[in-house]
Amino acid sequence: MIYLELFLGFLKVGLFSFGGAYGAIPLIRDTVLSHGWLTDESLSYMIAVSESTPGPIMVNMATFIGNTEAGFPGALTATAAVIIPSFTVIILIALALKKYLKNRYVQGALSGLKPCIIGIILATGIYMLFSNLKEAAFKSDMRAFLILLILLVFLLIYEKVLKKKASPIAIILVSALLGAGIYM
Amino acid sequence: MNIFLELFFTFMRIGLFTFGGGYAMISLIEDICVEKKKWITHEEMMDVAVIAESTPGPIAVNAATFVGYRKGGFFGALCSTLGVAIPSFVIIYVISLFFENFLEVSLVSNAFKGIRIAVSLLILRAGYGMVKKMKKKPFTITVAVLSFIAVSVISFTGIRFSTVLLMLFSAVAGISMVFIKEKGEKI
Repeated sequence: MIYLELFLGFLKVGLFSFGGAYGAIPLIRDTVLSHGWLTDESLSYMIAVSESTPGPIMVNMATFIGNTEAGFPGALTATAAVIIPSFTVIILIALALKKYLKNRYVQGALSGLKPCIIGIILATGIYMLFSNLKEAAFKSDMRAFLILLILLVFLLIYEKVLKKKASPIAIILVSALLGAGIYM
Repeated sequence: MNIFLELFFTFMRIGLFTFGGGYAMISLIEDICVEKKKWITHEEMMDVAVIAESTPGPIAVNAATFVGYRKGGFFGALCSTLGVAIPSFVIIYVISLFFENFLEVSLVSNAFKGIRIAVSLLILRAGYGMVKKMKKKPFTITVAVLSFIAVSVISFTGIRFSTVLLMLFSAVAGISMVFIKEKGEKI
C-alpha cells in the first residue's frame, strides 16, 4: 500500500538523517530509487526546487514526493512521517533525557555516524555528478562539461572576490541560465 | 496574544522566510527567539544547535520543537512544529501540481539540465564543508573513507545495499571504540 510505504520510507529518512538536509539526500535517494518513485534525474530537479523554496529541505522533499506518488494524502503522510522522529526525540530530550546525549556510548555512536555520513554524502555527490555528465554527454557533446566548468569558475571567483560562500539559490540561478543558454 | 498562537505564527514566519535549510534557520531562530522575544537564553540556543546536530531529522523541526516545548509544553511544541512545516508544505504542494507541465516547456527543461549539475556541486560542497569541520582522528578518517568507498561501489555497480545499514555499522563501530578504550584504561 502506497501510504504505508510512503510513511515507513520517510519515517526512516527522518530517523536516520543526521547533519541536516544534505545528510538526508543519500537516504532519500535510497528510498525513492528502491521504490522506483523517482529517477536520479528527477531527484536532482526536486532537490533544486526544495533548495529554491523556503522551509526545511527535508519537509519540502517529503511533500513533493508524497504528492507525486499519492496526491494530497500522500503529501500529508510523507511530511508527517519525516517530522515525527525528530519531534519525538526532541520531546524526550527536553523532558529529562538531555544527559543521555552526553553519555559516552551515545557519543561513541555519534562519533561513528558523523564520519560515515560524510563519506556517504561525498560518494553520492560524485556519483550524481558523474551520472549527470555521462547521460548529458551522450546527447549533447560536452555541453554538460562546459556548464560544470563555468560553474566551478563562477564559484571560485565568487568566493575569492566576495570572501563568502555563494548561496545555493545564486548557484541554481546561474546554472539555470547556463542550461537554458547552452542547450538552446 | 495566546502563547500557542504566538508560537505557531512566529515559527510559521521562520518557515516562510528561510531559504537554504536548517543552518540558515538556526540564525533566524536565534534572532527572533533569543534577541526579540526572549523566549530562551543564548546558552539554551547553543544547546538547541548542538542537540539539533546530534539528533536525527530536519534541524528546523528539532529547533522548533525544542523552543515550543520550553515555552508551552507538549502543545507548544506541536504548535511551533506545525508552524514551521506548514509554509513549506503549502508552497511545495502547489509547485508539485504544476511541475510536470512546467518541465514540458523546452526552455525550462534546458534550464534544469544546468540545474542538476549545480545540485551535484551543492552536495559535494556540503560534504567538503563537513570534512573541514570533522575532528580528524584515525578512527573518524577510517570510517569516512570506508563509507565513501562502500557507497561508491554500491552506486557505480548498482548493488542494492541500504545506507541505513552502513550507518548502523558505523554507530556500532563507534560504540566498540569506547569499549576498547575503557578496556585499555583498566589494563
